[in-house]
Amino acid sequence: MGRSAFAGGVHPPGYKESTAGSAVQWAPVPSRLVVPLSQHLGAPCAALVQKGDRVERGQLIGDVDAMVSAPIHSPVAGVVTEIGTTLTAGGQRVAAVIIEPDEVQDLESFVEVPDTGDERARIRAAGIVGMGGATFPSTVKLSPPKGMKIETVILNGCECEPFLTCDHRLMLEEPARVVAGAEKIREMMDARRAVIALEDNKPDAAAALRAAATGAVEVVELPTRYPQGAEKQLIYALLKKEVPHGKLPASTGALVHNVATAVAMVDALEKGKPLTERIVTVTGSVARPGNYRVLIGTLVSDLIEYAGGLVGDVERVISGGPMTGMALGSLDVPIAKGSSGIVALPKGVAAPAISDDQPCIRCGRCPDSCPMGLEPYMLATFSGKRMWDAAAERHVLDCIECGVCSYVCPTNRPLLQLIRVGKSAAMSKGVK
Amino acid sequence: MSEETTAPARTVGSSPHISSKATCTGIMLWVVAALAPSAIWAVATMGMVAVQLFAVSIVAALGTEWAWNAIARKPQTLRDGSALVTGVLLAMSLPPRTPWWMVAIGAFIAIALGKLIFGGLGHNLFNPALVGRAFVTLSWGGVLAGVQNRGWFATLADFSAEGFDTISGATRLGIAASDRAASGAYGFDLAAQYQPLLLKNLEGSLGEVSAALLILGGLVLIIKGIIDWRIPAGYIGTMGLVSWAFGSDPIFHVLAGGVLLGAFFMATDYVSSPMSKKGRLVYGIGCGLFNALGRFVGPMPESTTFAILFMNGLAPLIDRMTRPRVFGVVKTDEERA
Repeated sequence: MGRSAFAGGVHPPGYKESTAGSAVQWAPVPSRLVVPLSQHLGAPCAALVQKGDRVERGQLIGDVDAMVSAPIHSPVAGVVTEIGTTLTAGGQRVAAVIIEPDEVQDLESFVEVPDTGDERARIRAAGIVGMGGATFPSTVKLSPPKGMKIETVILNGCECEPFLTCDHRLMLEEPARVVAGAEKIREMMDARRAVIALEDNKPDAAAALRAAATGAVEVVELPTRYPQGAEKQLIYALLKKEVPHGKLPASTGALVHNVATAVAMVDALEKGKPLTERIVTVTGSVARPGNYRVLIGTLVSDLIEYAGGLVGDVERVISGGPMTGMALGSLDVPIAKGSSGIVALPKGVAAPAISDDQPCIRCGRCPDSCPMGLEPYMLATFSGKRMWDAAAERHVLDCIECGVCSYVCPTNRPLLQLIRVGKSAAMSKGVK
Repeated sequence: MSEETTAPARTVGSSPHISSKATCTGIMLWVVAALAPSAIWAVATMGMVAVQLFAVSIVAALGTEWAWNAIARKPQTLRDGSALVTGVLLAMSLPPRTPWWMVAIGAFIAIALGKLIFGGLGHNLFNPALVGRAFVTLSWGGVLAGVQNRGWFATLADFSAEGFDTISGATRLGIAASDRAASGAYGFDLAAQYQPLLLKNLEGSLGEVSAALLILGGLVLIIKGIIDWRIPAGYIGTMGLVSWAFGSDPIFHVLAGGVLLGAFFMATDYVSSPMSKKGRLVYGIGCGLFNALGRFVGPMPESTTFAILFMNGLAPLIDRMTRPRVFGVVKTDEERA
């Protein structure tokens, strides 16, 4: 089973070799950008530009007056050709600003986010959200409820999802900025410690971070085990404190941000740079797997084409990692702030089609490996029988949807899929 | 936006999008592979009788499942491998010269009444192979005790002269038990039996031919992550401890009889054992306790079958009492109940 810093979990094959050594390089500016006005958890933005408007790189093009939200900026200089809609990776149809970029782009310059002296306001104005995939507006996380004291700032560089190496490359190539991010957040929160945590499958990144680490910033390597990067499991691994059921992670005195998010914050505070591009790992069955710095709004189809196109028998294309990401029905969806990877899964690597007619053989793998201590086989049975109260009583809402139960099931039962149904039913009944 | 091409023949679905390579069939085949050294050694030392026993048990087990599904117009399930495991285990739990029709009936009962009648794999409360063995033992216990001398094609009539009430077979374990009952001491040196029990033992069931090979197979399954060490450890540990408490030789009592086959291969059956780690340890300890009590207090030196079947019945209760603690939830025992 190997070492582990938390209970349960699995050790899937990493599939990281093909991109772990590939330095980040700019993906080209595409002929058209589709910039969704909702790239975050919370209220969608309204367009602040109209068809035919000229926009500059970094110009604010969407915002809304809501605390839980994040404004949207133009990634390029160009012309707005349409205010339309687009499908997102998650399959929703949302409003989008479609921009035709100028022939010549200066990607080094941008319209700066105004500095009002309030760091949290500037981070919000830069449109920064959690870049590990959750896309929760960062300013909200930086403003914990009154009375909650943050003792430890944790930068999450675990990158426990197979295939993905974007955070690995960021930590390896720009360790000083990651360290600066950790120190900056620690200072903002008046926290005692700042810890950069990563799995021990990235020793080169750990060494780079240690060499760059200053002051109160510590670098901690954790055993490689999925889902080490899940917020609750990460806090537990470092502090041996469990986030109490129904409480905010901040109640343990810990605040977790993804490493890329922290770097984006530093960029916003030091240079006034809005979030308009991110590193995306394009990997799996593509001709030229690699880590690309991609403008927000670049279509996945354009990005895959730049990576040499799909090769072989591709079963699924995933946005994000294969454990928690979303399968794309169409490749004409834009890269957004939370898009950490595009993974083309070939047949044989992709999970076989789920089958509900296979029996549970009570092997015990799902409860043994559930990092939340749940009994997935039972929750799935309750969901299948529409026993929502029973599922709620067995803590269905504590499920973090890491997917470990479905991953380990030898009869390939749709455990997480059924549990999700139970979660939404329990939530709609107002279970806490 | 304007054009949206639909994806070619790719699939969508919700996460996770990859899965471990473990399959039900693969797990079952590993169990068979782990039993293979013992089975091959049994054939090598006993010859045709062992081959016949395996053949009849496996063919009857597979045939019963195939026929049941065919008659019930259900999809065939032989590919999951569980009927094969039942056939192999039943054969190894019977004496080598068990008449062929007893083996066939045992395999039929194992599959039909042990598994399929509950709804098939995953739904049975008891270990199917042990259900079959229990049926054979309860129906023809006396016959089984004497089959060493009767033979493969023996009919019931061949046994009737002797009566069915002679339980004590001529195994070391049986002799030890009757010695104990008679005088409280043993008429032979138990420690001198370690070597034959470990390496080559032609008494008792087919699977008892070599304790060493059973341990080897069991360790393979533990290392491969197919069975949980807690069940055999709890079982064997308790068996040894209780034997010692009764003033007997713990090593002899672990090596002799069906303890090792039971602890590594029967009690660890997924379907009929508890789901939680803590539960599996409790269950293993229970199996060892009842197996030992059967030997030292009860009337049956060969109490492995009924000890495990009894604990199979308790498994749902054990599951209920040993639920894992949910991360971030601290509850008292009262709140749990």
